[in-house]
Amino acid sequence: MIPIRAASAGCSDAPVLRERGQREVFCGLTGIIWLHRKIQDAFFLVVGSRTCAHLIQSAAGVMIFAEPRFATAIIDERDLAGLADCNDELDRVVTRLIERRPEIKLLFLVGSCPSEVIKLDLSRAAQRLSNRFNPGVRVLNYSGSGIETTFTQGEDACLASLVPSLPASDKAAPAELMVVGTLADVVEDQFARLFQQLGIGPVRFFPPRQATQLPPVGPNTRFLLAQPFLADTALALEARGAQRLAAPFPLGVEGTTAWLQAAASAFGVSADTFARATAPARERAAAALARQRSQLAGQRIFFFPDSQLEIPLARFLSRELGMSLAEVGTPYLHRSHMAEELALLPEGTFLSEGQDVEKQLDRCRAAQPDIVVCGLGLANPLEAEGLTTKWAIELVFTPIQGYEQAPDLAELFARPLVRRTRLAGPVVGAVAVAAGTQPEALPCN
Amino acid sequence: MQLTLWTYEGPPHVGAMRIATAMKGVHYVLHAPQGDTYADLLFTMIERDAKRPPVTYTTFQARDLGGDTAELFKNAAREAFERFAPQAMMVGSSCTAELIQDDPGGLCKALDLPVPVVALELPSYQRKENWGAAETFYQMVRQLADTSVRRAPREAGQRARCNILGPAALGFRHRDDLREITALLTDMGIDINVTAPLGASPADIARIGDADFNVVLYPEIASVAAGWLKRTFGQPSTKVVPIGSGATRDFIAEVAALAGVDASTVLDNANARAPWYARSVDSTYLTSKRVFVFGDATHVVAAARIAQDEMGFTVVGLGTYSREFAREVREAAALYGVDALISDDYLDVEARIAELQPELVLGSQMERHIAKRLGIPCAVISAPVHVQDFPARYSPQMGFEGANVLFDTWVHPLMMGLEEHLIGMFRGDAEFHEDAAPSHLGGSVSRPAAAPISAPDSEPELPEAVAAQADAAIAAAADSSAQVVATWAAEAEKELRKIPFFVRGKARRNTETYARDKGLPVITLETLYDAKAHFSR
Repeated sequence: MIPIRAASAGCSDAPVLRERGQREVFCGLTGIIWLHRKIQDAFFLVVGSRTCAHLIQSAAGVMIFAEPRFATAIIDERDLAGLADCNDELDRVVTRLIERRPEIKLLFLVGSCPSEVIKLDLSRAAQRLSNRFNPGVRVLNYSGSGIETTFTQGEDACLASLVPSLPASDKAAPAELMVVGTLADVVEDQFARLFQQLGIGPVRFFPPRQATQLPPVGPNTRFLLAQPFLADTALALEARGAQRLAAPFPLGVEGTTAWLQAAASAFGVSADTFARATAPARERAAAALARQRSQLAGQRIFFFPDSQLEIPLARFLSRELGMSLAEVGTPYLHRSHMAEELALLPEGTFLSEGQDVEKQLDRCRAAQPDIVVCGLGLANPLEAEGLTTKWAIELVFTPIQGYEQAPDLAELFARPLVRRTRLAGPVVGAVAVAAGTQPEALPCN
Repeated sequence: MQLTLWTYEGPPHVGAMRIATAMKGVHYVLHAPQGDTYADLLFTMIERDAKRPPVTYTTFQARDLGGDTAELFKNAAREAFERFAPQAMMVGSSCTAELIQDDPGGLCKALDLPVPVVALELPSYQRKENWGAAETFYQMVRQLADTSVRRAPREAGQRARCNILGPAALGFRHRDDLREITALLTDMGIDINVTAPLGASPADIARIGDADFNVVLYPEIASVAAGWLKRTFGQPSTKVVPIGSGATRDFIAEVAALAGVDASTVLDNANARAPWYARSVDSTYLTSKRVFVFGDATHVVAAARIAQDEMGFTVVGLGTYSREFAREVREAAALYGVDALISDDYLDVEARIAELQPELVLGSQMERHIAKRLGIPCAVISAPVHVQDFPARYSPQMGFEGANVLFDTWVHPLMMGLEEHLIGMFRGDAEFHEDAAPSHLGGSVSRPAAAPISAPDSEPELPEAVAAQADAAIAAAADSSAQVVATWAAEAEKELRKIPFFVRGKARRNTETYARDKGLPVITLETLYDAKAHFSR
């Protein structure tokens, strides 16, 4: 087994560069794009502006072509004129929506920057509407606004809003395991099988695939975070008596093993059983990773902040694939949830929290990393400057957790590098952009 | 509040970004919350720009609201100026910043920057993207144009000079339209003074007065600025948008009159294959195909004319989401004897298409979605569009080459003539069956027939989900008119299925209308043929 204990103190007490300035990140509304597919009978109604509608539409790209389970109630000037009217308007819109989509069981009113700034009380609206549509539809609210949430924090806010409606578990019942955070169905099924082989059960996943199958919670609940961005959800679960099992996140062989081990220890699984249950998948993944190591070892990687997945990813890439870390940026650093990860990061890693995008771009250009993890607003411009990029959002939309996905995760980083070597020739012409600038040769490594 | 599944246009500040990104030497400082930087990827991903849009966002957060957001804005503006050293700045608010009322224009004035600063007032809760672009372009022209620059009266033999106005970033085929029209004007012996906003710097805008007239390619973006240029410099502007062979000819005549040149050589040498293609016998089967047209006003008006006069289609419906140009679209609709649909509600458009059951939809990216649900062939003629409509190849919509592109694009989704004949004659073929997609498109995807409302024997090859969707849409359309639909007898339902899918929807609708008018509770085989005869008159 790979030792969980790091040889050094890692980055546990490492200084972190905290920056404030322009942040090139998504807001929490974007979480809707995967959450609406995960919870199949839920609908997400954003209460916001045309900008919010445009954001989700642009970010969702072509997927919106299948009748989506999200929409926007666009606030207009009449709503801004008086608040009382706003609530009536919201009721009207929700009623129309529920008539159109009778299959909805759970409706989220999702707050946005405009609705937060005008202090529209969506929690009262949710309560009122819940009473009206009871028992057919439950109405909840959370904020996905950019002023309060960054990208994946939208999922945190959504799950935290669901926690109070989870049924209470029997206090006297034996301990149960809850896995918290959206995982791809295939990953969820793999984990369910692994826990079964470990003899841990029952295991519930949160969020569930159906809003009608909410997992119970109580003092007998032990929960494992599958995602690093669930600060508020963890707090809400702890408030209901559940206990968090501290662990690194299940990315890569090492992360997955340590994550499973945290559960195994809590549930008294013997070392033998653990080794037996995990060995085949572990060895399979390790062998596949060894092959990819040759592609990635020694390559320098630079992370722009995006999803809070950056630190676990950096840990995986450096320890299991031998990559070197130029900078690891994260939008928000939760010290205690990230403690196990930080301990595993190589000592001296440059960590940054928050962003001033122009200064960070300066650092990135100066570092000239082999690969840059960044958002779609920066990716093509950096490619045109001669840098190789991996766009970060794909890491949220792809199954990457667990043993079987570890090679796929490595592949996501190897692919842009392979592509760069394959597409021989200079990037001439790529800069003939909308502004009509003349094509010019660019430095290209 | 308005329930919105799809929005045809973004907020007005996205329109302003399209102007800033199109121009050179301009920087836009946008007071906006964290997250509004999503708009960057419209440019870097959809248009595949190789550089970041020249936009600095303040990206304020909740904790900043307790503090001094105005100071935050001033710092952002100062730093942006120092870093990017633009020749002119644009400043403004997004929808959320509009609520906190920090007055970017006034704040920037206090900074006393040594370049022109154009303050934008874009009411986000009333207006939309194209309005924002038009207003921004107008403000830029108005504040940057040097009003002392005047075009001297032309001497004999001196070439005429014009500005080209309208092409912007993220515009549907603006890049290639501009190349096509620039070449056309040059061939006519006309000099181009300034092209704006695409590629223009503030210095270029300053000398915009030094032209005889303006060529307005996209009225949605440039008509307000053109109006001001007319008032200020006396420059007339073109009214015809050169999309389609006929419109291009009219445009050439209009420009020739404005420039005082002889256009006969240009007209004679026109590389226009589309008119001959449409005349060739292979295109006969296109006659009277029923089309529905939706998009921005300019492209809709142009497309309807091409459809009716140059392709021989029948325009059965047309509409726009551009409320600013509702009058023009209503006038165009009157030419074809249809009611214009002026709406930015995607559900209204869906209901109208379901009701009309056209054989071809010419629309935006959203109509592609509706057409997919209803199983109707579709081609994209207007923004909003997605990445596939920013192609690598030369694909103008304007000019004679544009007409060639349009001919190919619109005919492509339709089933080819021979296949259409054979499907009308023989049914039940395992491969070329009536509900298969045209074989030149791969043919494997099944398409829903005009969805059966009460069909007991739904066709097994139809994916049920798709059929159900189409069903729901048609039922919704029927509901909205609150009319009772007669029941179909099994025999008549079976006969209906012998009608090729692309006209079956219309046949169903006509028969039901006929039955309702005659007060028939059940539609029999006889009713079906009575209705056919009735409507063929």
